[in-house]
Amino acid sequence: MLAILATLLGNTLLYATPLTFAALGGMFSERSGVVNIGLEGMMTMGAFVAAVISIATGNPWLGLFLAGAAGGILALLHAVASVTFRADQVVSGVAINFMANGFSMFMLYKIFGGGQTPHIQTKLVKLAVPGLAKIPYFGEALFNNYPTVYLAFIFTFAAWLVLYKTPFGLRVRAVGEHPLAADTVGINVFLIRYICVIVSGVLAGIGGAAVSIGIIAEFTEVTIAGQGFIALAAMIFGKWTPWGALGACIFFGAANALDAIGQSIGMIRYVNPAFFSMLPYLLTIIALAGFIGRANAPAADGKPYDKGH
Amino acid sequence: MFKKILVFLTVAVMLLSLAGCGKTENTTAPNSGAKSETKKLKVGMATDVGGVNDESFNASAYRGLKKAESDLGAEVKVLESKQEADYDTNLSTLVRGGNDLTWGIGFAMANAIDKAAKDNPDKKFGIVDFAYFDNNGQNITPKNVVCVTFKEEEGSFLMGVIAAKMTKTKTVGFLGGVEIDLIKKFEYGFRAGVAAVDPGIKVLSGYAASFTDSAKGKALSNSMYSQGADVIYHASGGTGKGLFESAVENSKSDKKVWAIGVDSDQYKLAPDNTLSSMIKSVDNAVFDISKRLANNEWKGGQVVVYGLKEGGIDIAPTTSKNTPQAVIDLVNSYKQKIISGEISVPKTKAEFDSYMLKLPKQ
Repeated sequence: MLAILATLLGNTLLYATPLTFAALGGMFSERSGVVNIGLEGMMTMGAFVAAVISIATGNPWLGLFLAGAAGGILALLHAVASVTFRADQVVSGVAINFMANGFSMFMLYKIFGGGQTPHIQTKLVKLAVPGLAKIPYFGEALFNNYPTVYLAFIFTFAAWLVLYKTPFGLRVRAVGEHPLAADTVGINVFLIRYICVIVSGVLAGIGGAAVSIGIIAEFTEVTIAGQGFIALAAMIFGKWTPWGALGACIFFGAANALDAIGQSIGMIRYVNPAFFSMLPYLLTIIALAGFIGRANAPAADGKPYDKGH
Repeated sequence: MFKKILVFLTVAVMLLSLAGCGKTENTTAPNSGAKSETKKLKVGMATDVGGVNDESFNASAYRGLKKAESDLGAEVKVLESKQEADYDTNLSTLVRGGNDLTWGIGFAMANAIDKAAKDNPDKKFGIVDFAYFDNNGQNITPKNVVCVTFKEEEGSFLMGVIAAKMTKTKTVGFLGGVEIDLIKKFEYGFRAGVAAVDPGIKVLSGYAASFTDSAKGKALSNSMYSQGADVIYHASGGTGKGLFESAVENSKSDKKVWAIGVDSDQYKLAPDNTLSSMIKSVDNAVFDISKRLANNEWKGGQVVVYGLKEGGIDIAPTTSKNTPQAVIDLVNSYKQKIISGEISVPKTKAEFDSYMLKLPKQ
């Protein structure tokens, strides 16, 4: 039984890690007042770049790094469109999703002659935390894991630190709530928004890499398959906060893990696995409808800021 | 904001449904070395959503097509399907492209092939893994279609034998793609093989509800390994790549765990953790049927079944890398018994139950 629980925990982290990066990214973007529907595309791009770079150079860390960079570049486009040119942020994000999907597929055919990369031989390998990994059952599940899993937790802490304990974080929150007020006290609204949107792209790109060179070892059209949207939902479910986003991602991951493990354990066997697949979204809708506390979006979320008015 | 979310959700649904619309062509120039004939045989192939790089089923079909190109001098063309809506389009593109024979790879294309065959009675078609029967068991294959099916249960039986001989925990696992009759054939064949060696061995099973979700395949494999299985056999297409990832990661110095591949030789996905692969020679079948057309021996409206006997099903040559010779010898003796008809391998739940009753008590 303990072994099964440990596996459940391990599988939960497996599913939650990529979501966490993207959700944190989405949080930064939205806290500064820019809706980022493009997370999906940025994850796709990150997953694709990480796969290609790992295959080409044999260095998954370089893949991870460049996946972040690729996500950031894509996010820069989103920032230019939605911050500088005040385009509709939803439309811009959707365009990014299309573009990333189309571009990565096109390049896959160009490079590999098919809709899939070959099996990636050099992927991120699990790192055991000395000592802790020796804890019976749970040490293995928690502390012998992909570096991306540890990074997800470190990034969450860092995001909390930046957002709530630094002057920069205060400015981000001010810009997201009331950009005009922030502007009048001398905060550069555009700069803050640019930084936050690019950070969201970098994080989403890393999230994508956590799938293609972490969990699995390939990139195909279905590698990301909606995880960017799930991350977006997780961020909303987590009420636009770092720990909330992490918690929601772990919860979503647990639902997926139950789906996978439920087929063979005790009572859960009698619950249709499809129910667990549905659960996270059902709860997100409930959360959005305001049943689980209030989910208050930043006041200026989704509204372009026009300095002239 | 909520209005926006509504807009976003609508757009997201549209996006997801459109995302796979693009199709890409993979044309290979005809073999320049081949003698120029008066009329070159043209063979087209549409893959299912797996794509030619799936290192499994479609990849095998593609090898068969390439062989038709090099050995028969045929002009070949492949279209990959990104989603089910592409099947009809891809098939009609191939037919309009003047192909003499058009292949649909995978049971999922059954309706599309049927439709294309009826719309184009002067063209020839082939489908892999599907046979057209009506409710009374009458063969209703259109006259211009050849169906190719395999006795997967026979090969799965041999994999079951290997798994049963190699397990130390007396627990093995089966990872399936989608819970359909075709995949159940693999499962019951595998279970029968395990039981033939030792009926006391426990067989876990898990289905991913997908042939492309390798993350789910990995999570399911993790679960089965943690419940004590030390050998897992999969029949789940791309989902199964997660099994190999899981096998590598769950293998400890004191407890080695193994994976068994399917369709193509999957040894290279995890060289230290792969016992064997059940080879389903879609390539041989595709080549064979294409060759019949080249030699004017093609006969439509029939179902061609490939089993161990016909060489359509076999075990991977790389089996010897991690499986002891004694086990391979045992597998070969079972193989002979299946070929001679001494063992009839079950492919459904009912057949499996009666097989178990007849099994000699140990």
